[in-house]
Amino acid sequence: MSRPVPPNTQPIISIKDISKTYKSGVKALKPINLDIHKGEIFALLGPNGAGKTTLISIICGIVTPSSGCVTADGHDIIRDYRAARRAIGLVPQELHTDAFERVIDSVKLSRGLFGYGPNPAHIEKVLRDLSLWDKRTAKIQELSGGMKRRLMIAKALSHEPKILFLDEPTAGVDVELRQDMWEMVRKLRESGVTIILTTHYIEEAEEMADRVGVISKGELVLVDEKAALMRKLGKKQLTLHLREAISAVPEGLNGYSLELSGDGSALTYTFDGQADESGIPDLLKRLGEIGLDFKDLNTEQSSLEDIFVSLVREQRP
Amino acid sequence: MNGHGIKAIYQFEMARWFRTLGQSLFTPVLSTALYFIVFGSAIGGRMGEVDGVSYAAFIVPGLIMLSILTESLSNASFGIYFPRFTGTIYEVLSAPLSPFDIVTGYVGAAATKSMIIGCVILVTARLFVDYSVQYPLVMILFLALTAVTFCLFGFILGIWADGFEKLQIVPMLVIMPLTFLGGTFYSISMLPEFWQKVTLFNPVVYLISGFRWSFFGTADVAIGVSLGAISLILLVCLAAIWWIFKTGYRLKT
Repeated sequence: MSRPVPPNTQPIISIKDISKTYKSGVKALKPINLDIHKGEIFALLGPNGAGKTTLISIICGIVTPSSGCVTADGHDIIRDYRAARRAIGLVPQELHTDAFERVIDSVKLSRGLFGYGPNPAHIEKVLRDLSLWDKRTAKIQELSGGMKRRLMIAKALSHEPKILFLDEPTAGVDVELRQDMWEMVRKLRESGVTIILTTHYIEEAEEMADRVGVISKGELVLVDEKAALMRKLGKKQLTLHLREAISAVPEGLNGYSLELSGDGSALTYTFDGQADESGIPDLLKRLGEIGLDFKDLNTEQSSLEDIFVSLVREQRP
Repeated sequence: MNGHGIKAIYQFEMARWFRTLGQSLFTPVLSTALYFIVFGSAIGGRMGEVDGVSYAAFIVPGLIMLSILTESLSNASFGIYFPRFTGTIYEVLSAPLSPFDIVTGYVGAAATKSMIIGCVILVTARLFVDYSVQYPLVMILFLALTAVTFCLFGFILGIWADGFEKLQIVPMLVIMPLTFLGGTFYSISMLPEFWQKVTLFNPVVYLISGFRWSFFGTADVAIGVSLGAISLILLVCLAAIWWIFKTGYRLKT
């Protein structure tokens, strides 16, 4: 479940005017400003090539920005990169692993790279939490795709980061494992870790995120709390299933925003879910007056996916 | 400095090396031993002395140098190229490691491997050839300087290469011929005067000559010149690595 961001929370990541233009001239990111608050789950949504991975890569130090600055946990990612990077864990989209290494050695390496001494108890906890403890001495090439994905998370958590980036964490992962990962992400958030995830699965953002940012063509189109976003932009629809099919919307209903289904058996009424008056009682009364009978009705609220698609469509020329 | 980070890279690289010890250590030692058997014991007996040293003993420093150069290049280039190839380099780039930390970890491990190979060959050679080292400290200094310098060179190759083929090009097509023509099997004083002058443009001549001086106290080039040459190559490699990290060449976009 999402939770609102407490007011006046100090941002754990502050992005100011970050842009990226590659040598080829491709503008991957237009100047972006964004604050991410401590302890939240922030979902970055966007189509392929929108700039999500570029933004994450800049914050993690893999890509050099063309302009702007970023602070992570209060540290500038360039001037004070050591402290900034120690606070960050990254799970990349691709399954980059050393096939011939043992699981436990790979996780120990990650901890060492981030400047921490050995901590067998923590490594064991991370591997147990991710159901990899039994596979600790197995070579990575022996793991299934789902296990490799969990290993990537274990490596990112090996140095106890305050901020965790999950770049498409459940891409190619089966439904059961996806649920397990969501559960793990929630537990991490409860332990105080700030989580930024990019995803194609709107369901994922809808299920877990506190706030949502939509990025399209290198531009941050929108940032809002998920619940507020759905309230603001979420349309509600009432569908009336008619007892007898009709060929056109009756003239007596012209004042209402109605759409007739292809087979003429259902009328859909779209209304503002935030308005004081939905207009539904009037519509039902009017239906009675003109003698249009219906056998069933149901209401639907647009999903985050609908909102996302409509926002990205607006961006297209 | 990120000491734990350097140690992590170093141990990881050394563990990989020990896992494939047959290929990593025994192959270069065996091939060098074959050189000793063929050129030292079999042919060397008919060659007489070179600069007052038996031919079999004369070729020992050159053959050790040949192994050090090729192993340093291949170990260091593979060490940094492999994570680039598999994509695991993301972890090194996103870790709180400075360029110094990264280079120390990778080059330190590669240089250690080269020095181990060099020392094992040195001992193995004693089984076939009777020789002694007049200046052991200079020999160790030269061994270490050459290993570090050519591991830095290998690191540069590993960053430059965009395929396994390119990793092999420089060691096989550049270093190997330069080493063979740099006085491994002969003294450059045995060449005609014109070719003696041409040979001085080969940087490997200075490395073999300096290393040989530490064994026998005689060499084609003065020891000071040899030390100057290796130091110059070291500085050029350091400058190239500084540029790589400054520009992010083939590491960061």
